[in-house]
Amino acid sequence: MENVNLLIGIPAYNEAKILGRVLKSLPRKIPGIANINVLVVDDGSTDGTAKVAESAGIIVARHLVNRGLGGALKTVFAYARKNNFDFLVTMDADGQHDSQDLTRILTPLINKRNDVVIGSRWLKPNSAPFSRRFMNKLANYVTLIFFGISTTDSQSGFRAFNKKSIAAVNLQTDGMEVSSEIFREIISHKLSVREVPIKAIYTDYSKKKGQSLANAPNVLIQLLLRLLR
Amino acid sequence: MNLTITQIFLFLFLLFALSRVILRFKSGEVSSRGLIFWGLLFSSAIVVVIVPELSGKIATVLGIGRGADAVIYTSIVLLFYLVFRLYVYIQDIRYEISDLVKKLALKDIDEKKPSKSARH
Repeated sequence: MENVNLLIGIPAYNEAKILGRVLKSLPRKIPGIANINVLVVDDGSTDGTAKVAESAGIIVARHLVNRGLGGALKTVFAYARKNNFDFLVTMDADGQHDSQDLTRILTPLINKRNDVVIGSRWLKPNSAPFSRRFMNKLANYVTLIFFGISTTDSQSGFRAFNKKSIAAVNLQTDGMEVSSEIFREIISHKLSVREVPIKAIYTDYSKKKGQSLANAPNVLIQLLLRLLR
Repeated sequence: MNLTITQIFLFLFLLFALSRVILRFKSGEVSSRGLIFWGLLFSSAIVVVIVPELSGKIATVLGIGRGADAVIYTSIVLLFYLVFRLYVYIQDIRYEISDLVKKLALKDIDEKKPSKSARH
């Protein structure tokens, strides 16, 4: 096996309750990967999220103040670039993603078929609440209109990147709009992308987190601003 | 030319604003694009204050009934633009803060190395 290094980047904001379980669920071995590294970006949490990660022996990047999902992902990408990782997987800290899907999401990268893999929650039937389903459809149309890319899950936080895409993706936005911005980067750098089905675990806890309808106007304004400035 | 008290007050205020723009450009706080934008804005406002009939002529060209209406419409458009610029400016500051926060977080990791290594 080549000496392939993987970074699993987990942005976390006030996830102390669930983060320990999420970290414990991560596999110790993945076929085709020599080293698995985990980075938790504690985005200014006030509930001891960083302590949970540190006690699990994980590398923690601590944001002094909360910057939002985009801000945390910028730190994940910067760390991956700085430490020359071959692959980067981003995962949510709220327990929504099943770490069993890591192999599935990494396979197209390991086989050198694609540069970016998006884990899509909507390629398989799931128990997502209506509001989540509606929000995702809306966000997919926005991504199509703004960036000209058709996707079934523009808001997925479960994504994998190879070295080429880790170097290319240059995020600007700080908030939830970063999810659509990633597609802009995919298009502008002509990265080859594939969607793979992933399992979405909807618990009462994870339903409270993530995108909500209340965020939608702000996300739209941010995307418009980036076009107009 | 007989100027009213309001005209004199507006003229002096706009002159003061124009001088601020030039001084800030000289000190590097305002870009050349900013100088052109603000310079043109305040200069045209000075012209309209001194020759108010001009606003009537502009209003006729634009198809707006009165000069005062033209001034109000233009002001609203300008205010929208200024709010937009301000929004962009605040966003830029937010991104700069994020960049700083990111650099500090990464520096902190470097300082903790090699004791914290999470290689499985």
